[in-house]
Amino acid sequence: MHTAAGSQARLPIRSDMDLVWVRQHVRQAAAQIGFGLVDQTKLVTAASELARNTLIYGGGGTMETEPLTDGGARGLRLTFADEGPGIADLEQALSDGFTSGEGLGLGLGGARRLVHEFAIDSAPGAGTMVRVTSWVGRPPRPREES
Amino acid sequence: MSEAFGGPHGAPVSNRVPVLRLGDVLLVTLQGDLHDSTAQQLQDDLAESIVRSGAGGVIMDISGVEIVDSFLGRVLAEIAAQTDLLAARTVVVGMRPAVAITLVELGLTLPGMRTALNTEAAMELLTGQAVSSHFGGPRRESQ
Amino acid sequence: MPEQAHGTAGSPTLEIRDFLRRRREQIAQRWADEPLFRAVFTVSRDEAVEAGKAVVDALAQVADAERVEDPDAAGFTAVREQLARMAAARSRAGLSSAQVSAELAALRPPVENLLLEDLPDAPAEQVRACAGTLGVLMGTLRVVVTQTALSEGQALIDRQRLQLLEVATPVIKLWDGVVAVPLIGTLDSARSQVVMETLLESIVEQQARFAILDITGVPTVDSLVAQHLMKTVAAARLMGAECIVSGIRPAIAQTMVHLGLDLGNVVTRASLADALGYVLHELGVGIVTPGAKGAVTR
Repeated sequence: MHTAAGSQARLPIRSDMDLVWVRQHVRQAAAQIGFGLVDQTKLVTAASELARNTLIYGGGGTMETEPLTDGGARGLRLTFADEGPGIADLEQALSDGFTSGEGLGLGLGGARRLVHEFAIDSAPGAGTMVRVTSWVGRPPRPREES
Repeated sequence: MSEAFGGPHGAPVSNRVPVLRLGDVLLVTLQGDLHDSTAQQLQDDLAESIVRSGAGGVIMDISGVEIVDSFLGRVLAEIAAQTDLLAARTVVVGMRPAVAITLVELGLTLPGMRTALNTEAAMELLTGQAVSSHFGGPRRESQ
Repeated sequence: MPEQAHGTAGSPTLEIRDFLRRRREQIAQRWADEPLFRAVFTVSRDEAVEAGKAVVDALAQVADAERVEDPDAAGFTAVREQLARMAAARSRAGLSSAQVSAELAALRPPVENLLLEDLPDAPAEQVRACAGTLGVLMGTLRVVVTQTALSEGQALIDRQRLQLLEVATPVIKLWDGVVAVPLIGTLDSARSQVVMETLLESIVEQQARFAILDITGVPTVDSLVAQHLMKTVAAARLMGAECIVSGIRPAIAQTMVHLGLDLGNVVTRASLADALGYVLHELGVGIVTPGAKGAVTR
């Protein structure tokens, strides 16, 4: 897997105005790569959830977009990073209903269901990094039994 | 006959969603990509408008909205709950398929929220009578 | 670096890079006579030579980056598609994948011979190191081609599958404002996604207040299928439409009870006809039985 030629970008997440830029940028990048409308919407929504987490819990940070190719498959990877207080219990943070700020607490767990790949790295005091990837034309992964 | 409720607090007009009045119903049309602050402002404005106008219903047309994340979803649900408390009913209208699929995947099915396909159907739901007869085939009138 | 310096030589990898750049033309010329290139570029030999040069350039770039073992090295990007097309052309000509692989392997000896010509006086150790590196690089090239060909094949299969799914999901307008989707066959997640999108799109197109999902033709309902059904119903409701699930045969109903599956508050009916009856009743449509005196609603 390697980075495809194409728009690679890093956007700041400092205010709720930036959330709008993040959404628009992800929408454009996803459309350019060839995502269908539903998958674009899922990815933009996931980005919005994660960017808001970065803003509210992380005290601001950045999002990086990176178009990918893996053989014939095309995808988009989004990386959200902040240097905030970090998350002590990742398992709990990913479960629905958990929230330490505002919102319904669907941020992390919800975003995870909207993408194909989800990785999170965080520790108390060490900031949080969330990386999500989706691939064009791939069916959504079945939701884990709940 | 429509009347817009402007913003008295000096906020930029573009940051406010206009609230129109149609008889007993307030009509709100959301469009494009909403700022969090705009959505929250709308929530405040609507409560005020309902109290001021004594409206019995609110129709929120979101057919122009391309994405509803958990924040906006929560605002919509809160507006619905809030209008209920003010003895009015809210109907959310025109959600796009891609948005609906995404919300369901997100885990936000908004069970308490009234929805309708379009403004006509919402009016019918709120006023209890058909606005146009073309809708849903020939309608049986009760004798 | 350990004191491995033999005269002017750098690392074997950089040695190979310089060799590839120096001998670009000759390598391409020799490859043009190999079965792989000859069979693909039947019209013009010059074209084969040009294609060969592109591959040599890619290999040199990979060597320059010192990533001879990495099929994902950036240098391969430029020739990946072309190599895949060549391999695909050979498969279409009836060669097995082992035969295509053998043709790829046959590209190595001509390059190796040229390399040995270039190092007549070099110490045996250096020759071995360089030949070894070249061998690894050519091996990686084979991996790249196989990988790309495989994923191209997979992409084609995925595309065709999706097309088939779309064809296999008809939307039927049953009444003004009522659509139905009869499902036949197994519901996996790809299919469920297509069904959901098709159904919801038709709700908008037809401004349908009611949608019927008929699963008479679905052999089994497991928890995954039940989940998909509930998601579709929930999404339709968010749009302002009611979705009814029909065609739950007695056997399926029994299994669902045994599995403890619950469709929540989804409206279900035994048959498509029953579902239509329910919808018409909801719409307040009367059905008049010929000869009967009054209007009867089902």
